[in-house]
Amino acid sequence: MLSDKDRIFTNLYGRHDWRLKGARARGDWDGTKEILAMGPDWIIDEMKRSGLRGRGGAGFPTGLKWSFMPKTESDRPHYLVVNADEGEPGTCKDRDMLRFDPHKLVEGCLIASFAIKAHACYIYIRGEFYNEASNLQAAIDEAYEAGLIGDNACGSGWKFDLYLHRGAGAYVCGEETALIESLEGKKGQPRLKPPFPAGVGLYGCPTTVNNVESIAVAPTILRRGASWFAGIGRPNNVGTKVFCISGHVNKPCNVEEAMSIPLKELIEKHAGGVKGGWDNLQAIIPGGSSVPLLPKSICDTVLMDFDALRDVKSGLGTAAVMVMDKSADVVQCISRLSDFYKHESCGQCTPCREGTGWMARVMRRMMKGEATLEEIDTLEQVTYQVEGHTICALGDAAAWPIQGLIRHFKPELERRIRAYRDAKVRAAAA
Amino acid sequence: MPKLTIDGVQVEVAPNTTILQAAEVAGSEIPRFCYHDRLSIAGNCRMCLVEVEKSPKPVASCAMPVAEGMVVHTKSPRANKARAGVMEFLLINHPLDCPICDQGGECDLQDQAMAYGFDRGRFDENKRSVPDKNMGPLIETSMNRCIHCTRCVRFATEIAGVPELGATGRGEDMEITTYLEKSVASELSGNVVDLCPVGALTSKPYAFNARPWELRKTESIDVLDAVGTNVRVDSRGREVMRVLPRINEDINEEWLADKSRHACDGLRYQRVDRPYVRIAGKLQPATWQEAFDAIAGRIGGVSGDKIAAIAGDLVDVEAMYALKGLMASLGSRNIDCRQDGAALDASVRASYIFNSTIAGIEQADSLLIIGANPRTEAPILNARIRKRFLKGGFKVGVIGEVGDLSYPTMQIGTTADLIAGRKSPEGSKNGMIIVGMGALARPDGAAILAAARKTAEENGLIRDDWNGFNVLHTAAGRVGGLDVGFVPGPGARDVNAILDSATKGEIEVVYLLGADEIDTAKLGKAFVIYQGHHGDRGAHRADVILPGAAYTEKDATYVNTEGRVQRANRAVFPPGEAREDWTIIRALSAVLGKTLPYDSLSQLRAALMGEHPVFTTLDAIQKAEWKPFGKEGSISATPLKSPIANYYMTDPISRNSRTMAQCTEEFVHGRPSSPSVQKTGTHG
Repeated sequence: MLSDKDRIFTNLYGRHDWRLKGARARGDWDGTKEILAMGPDWIIDEMKRSGLRGRGGAGFPTGLKWSFMPKTESDRPHYLVVNADEGEPGTCKDRDMLRFDPHKLVEGCLIASFAIKAHACYIYIRGEFYNEASNLQAAIDEAYEAGLIGDNACGSGWKFDLYLHRGAGAYVCGEETALIESLEGKKGQPRLKPPFPAGVGLYGCPTTVNNVESIAVAPTILRRGASWFAGIGRPNNVGTKVFCISGHVNKPCNVEEAMSIPLKELIEKHAGGVKGGWDNLQAIIPGGSSVPLLPKSICDTVLMDFDALRDVKSGLGTAAVMVMDKSADVVQCISRLSDFYKHESCGQCTPCREGTGWMARVMRRMMKGEATLEEIDTLEQVTYQVEGHTICALGDAAAWPIQGLIRHFKPELERRIRAYRDAKVRAAAA
Repeated sequence: MPKLTIDGVQVEVAPNTTILQAAEVAGSEIPRFCYHDRLSIAGNCRMCLVEVEKSPKPVASCAMPVAEGMVVHTKSPRANKARAGVMEFLLINHPLDCPICDQGGECDLQDQAMAYGFDRGRFDENKRSVPDKNMGPLIETSMNRCIHCTRCVRFATEIAGVPELGATGRGEDMEITTYLEKSVASELSGNVVDLCPVGALTSKPYAFNARPWELRKTESIDVLDAVGTNVRVDSRGREVMRVLPRINEDINEEWLADKSRHACDGLRYQRVDRPYVRIAGKLQPATWQEAFDAIAGRIGGVSGDKIAAIAGDLVDVEAMYALKGLMASLGSRNIDCRQDGAALDASVRASYIFNSTIAGIEQADSLLIIGANPRTEAPILNARIRKRFLKGGFKVGVIGEVGDLSYPTMQIGTTADLIAGRKSPEGSKNGMIIVGMGALARPDGAAILAAARKTAEENGLIRDDWNGFNVLHTAAGRVGGLDVGFVPGPGARDVNAILDSATKGEIEVVYLLGADEIDTAKLGKAFVIYQGHHGDRGAHRADVILPGAAYTEKDATYVNTEGRVQRANRAVFPPGEAREDWTIIRALSAVLGKTLPYDSLSQLRAALMGEHPVFTTLDAIQKAEWKPFGKEGSISATPLKSPIANYYMTDPISRNSRTMAQCTEEFVHGRPSSPSVQKTGTHG
C-alpha cells in the first residue's frame, strides 16, 4: 500500500485550499526555476528514467513521446496540448485533479512545454467540466499574476503561454488527433497516422498531446527524482496511479495507489469492498469502458498494471475500475456500452460507423435473448472485423467489451437465447 | 529512393509515395472507394487495407507512405479478410436497389462486391434510411446509397472551391449534405457525379435514360467553351445521351464543366433538319437542290466585294477553310470569324493564344487578369488557376469586373488604363497575364492588346523559357478561324463593317456559317444564307437555311485557346437531311461553278495542312513566335466586363437545352425549381 509520503496528489479530495497559496504549501511550484535550469535534455532523460507511462489509457512512455519532438525549433512553433477531455465512462480522475489540484497541471504544462521547446500550451477541457474549467482558469490566472508563467516563466527567461479551451461534448475528441482537429475549429474526427502529431500536429506544427495525469505528475517526479518514482510498482509498470473505483462497492472513490496493486486489495482497502462481500462479485471492468471485463476468477488474483491486465486480455486503460456484483445484468451493462460507442462514433471510417450500430443492435437483442445461438459467433466475428481496421482506437474500444463478454459469459448469452426461445414456444403452445 | 516488395515484386519508388501508388507500379491493383489521386487523402473507406509485415494491424495503403525494406502483401488471406469485412460493413446499410439505380453497371461498389462481397448477408436489422438532399438541377441524390467516402465533399472544397458540401451528424447518423439545402453553385458541380463511387449522386438530367452497356462511346472534343476539354460522347441510336470527361493531363485533367456536360440535351431541340428557302417572306421547306438553286440565283452576277461571310463560335476548322476557299473563288475577301469584333491579330499567332498553356499555369507565380472571368468563361482553366493558388505563393490581380473566382484576388480596378505600367509582384518570375474578350471585343480592343503586350514585355514575361502573355477565348472556333485566316483580307470588311455595309445595302449577300451572336437586325436587306444546326438567331433572319451538323455529328478539327489542334469524332449522324458542314460548302461550290479542289475529308485536310502547317501537329502545343502586335491608341474609361453574363447560355446548343434553362433559373435568376423547395399547400 502506498504510504502517504509517496502521494503526489495530496489534495485529491479537495479538503485543502486548491489555490496558489495552498498549492505552494503542498510543495507545488517549489524549485521550478531550478528544474528548468537543468535543461530540456535533462528533463526528458529524467522522465524516461522514471518509467512513467502515459496515463490516458494507451500507456505509451511519456519521456519517449517528448523525445520525438524535433530537437531544434524550425519556423514552425512547437505546441503542447493537454488532453483534459476526460470522457471515458467510469473515469473521473482528471476531474479531481483539475478542480482540486490545478496548479500541479499548470506547473507540469510549463515544464513539459519547456522540455519540448513549446512556447504555447493548450489545455482542451471537457465542456461538461464547468467548475473544473473555472478553477483551472483561476489557477492559470494566478500563475500569470505570480510570474510563474508568462513572458518570463518563473524567472527562467522562457516565454510560456497557457490557454484553456473548452470542448463541446464529443467523446471522440479525447482521441489525440481528433482533439487537435477540434482545437483547430474543425469537426472532431481523428486524423490518419502517420504523420504523427510530433511531426504534423496542431496547425501543422510539431505537437505533443498528453493526458492531464501524465503532465500533472511530472513536476513531482522531477523534484523527487526518477528513481523514487521508478521504485514504486513493478518494472515497466512503475509509479503511482489514481484509480477510480465505482459500481457495486460500498465506498466508491478515487484513490492514488501504487501501480501493480492487486485488484482485490485495491477494492477491499479503499472502496470498502464489494457489496455483499467478495464472493458476491460477478465481474469487473478494470480500466474504463473500453477494456474487456474480467470475471471474478481472474479478479481474485490479477494485479492492476499495464502488463498484468494485458496478459489476461484486458487492459489498464484509464484505471477506472467498474465493479459489478451478482445483481448486475452483465449483458445489459455491455449493451449499454455498445450504445455509447454507437452514439460516439464519429462516422468517418467504415468499420466503426457501420460496425458500432450493428453491434449495438445485436447486443440489445442479446440482452433479451432475442437471437440465435449462431449470432453469438457472428457478433464475435463482427467485433474482430472492426478491431484494428479503423483510423483511431474507438473501433477497438467498441469491440473489446463485447469480446470480453463473449469470452467470459458466453454460457449466459446462450442461456438467455434458449430461455427466450422456450418462452416463445410455451406461449405458442398455450 | 526506398525499395520495397509488394506481392513478391521489388519496386523502387520516390519517397513519400504511398503503398497504394507503389502497388500500381508493381502491378497490383488495390481496391478503393475514398481514395482519388486528385483529391486529398481521407483514408476513411478502409477498403484499401493491406498486410504489411511487422505491422500488427492491416494498413490503409492509400495513406501509408512507403519505407525502405517494407514487405507488403495485397492479396494475402489477411488482407482479403480485412477487405471482405469492410465490404460487408459497406453493404449492410446500402440498399439492394441496383436494378433501379442509375449507377448500375458502372458502380465501384457493385464491381468490388463481386470480388470481396459475401454471397449472403448476415445483417438482420433494419437498414438505415437517409433523407435525400436537394443539390440543384444537375445532381440527383439518393442518400441511402451513400458510403460516406467524402469524395464529393473534398472535390467541392478543394477543386471547385465552393465549400458548400459537408457531413453533418456523426456515427451512423452522419449525412453528406449541402448545409442549407442549397444547390451546389459551381460550374464544376457535375463532376461529383463522376466521383461518387456509388449511386448516391447521379446525374439528374440523365436519370433513368440509359444503361452504360447500351451506349456507344466516342472520344471527342468539347466546343462549348474554348478550353477544348477532352470528352467522351455516349450515344444510343441517333441520340447523344450524355457527355463525360476524358483524362487529359494537359487540359482538363479529368474534369468537365457543367455546361459542356449537361447542355447535350440541346442537341435534340430546335434542330434544322432540312433546307429551307424564304418564299414570299416565309421560310418554306425545300430540297437541297432548291436551296442551292436559290443561292445560285441570287449570287449570280453579284460582284465579290458585295458578298460577305461570318463564321460563328462553334464552327470547325474544315468548314471555315472550305468557306474561305469558296469566298475567295467568288472574289470576296469580306470574311470574319470574330463575331464579337474582338481586336485579334491573325498575323501573329502568339497574340491570340494562351501561350503559357493550361498546364503551365502551375509553373506561374503571379497572375493578372484583364477583362476576363475565367470562372464563367473557362471553368476548367479556372480550376487549374485554383490548383496553382492552393500550392501557395500565388498572387492574382484583376482589372475588370469579376465576382468570386473561387480563390482570393486583388481588385486593381475596372478600367483598362490601369494596365500600362503594372509591375509584377515582388519576386515574381513567371508572371502571367490573361486578356479576355471583355477587354478585346471593344472599340479600343487593339489599344488594350498593345498595352497588355507592353506590360508583359516590360515585366520580362516573354522569354525563351516562359511566355506569360495569354488570351482567353470564349469561342471554340475562334483560334481555328484565326489559324486558317478566316479574317478580312487587306482593305476588306471585318464583322462590324460587314454589318454596317449590309445595313446600308452595300453588301448584298451574307453567308452566316453558324453565326448567331451578331445583331441580325443590322443585316438590312441583304440576302442571308445561314448554315448551322439550330434554329437560332441566324436562322430566323435567313433567306436560305442549310442544315449543318453539330460538334457531335462530324469528324472535325478544333483549336483550343492554347492553340492546341484537336480532332472531334462523329458520335451520331446529323438529323434528317443535315450534313457535315464542309460537304455542304463543297456541294454548293459545284452548283456555283466554283468547285473546290477536294472530294473527301482527307483531301481537304491535306490541302489545309499544306496551306497552314500548324494543323499538321495534333494534340500538342506549338510554340508561337513573339512579334509586335496591337495598335497603340486611346483607351476608354468604360469598365472591363466579361462578355458572359449567363454561363449556362452562351451558344445555340446551350440556349436550346432544358437543363441549361433550369440552371439559368436556379443559379442566374435565383429561383430554385426543385420540388423540395417549392411551396406546398401548408405554406399558407
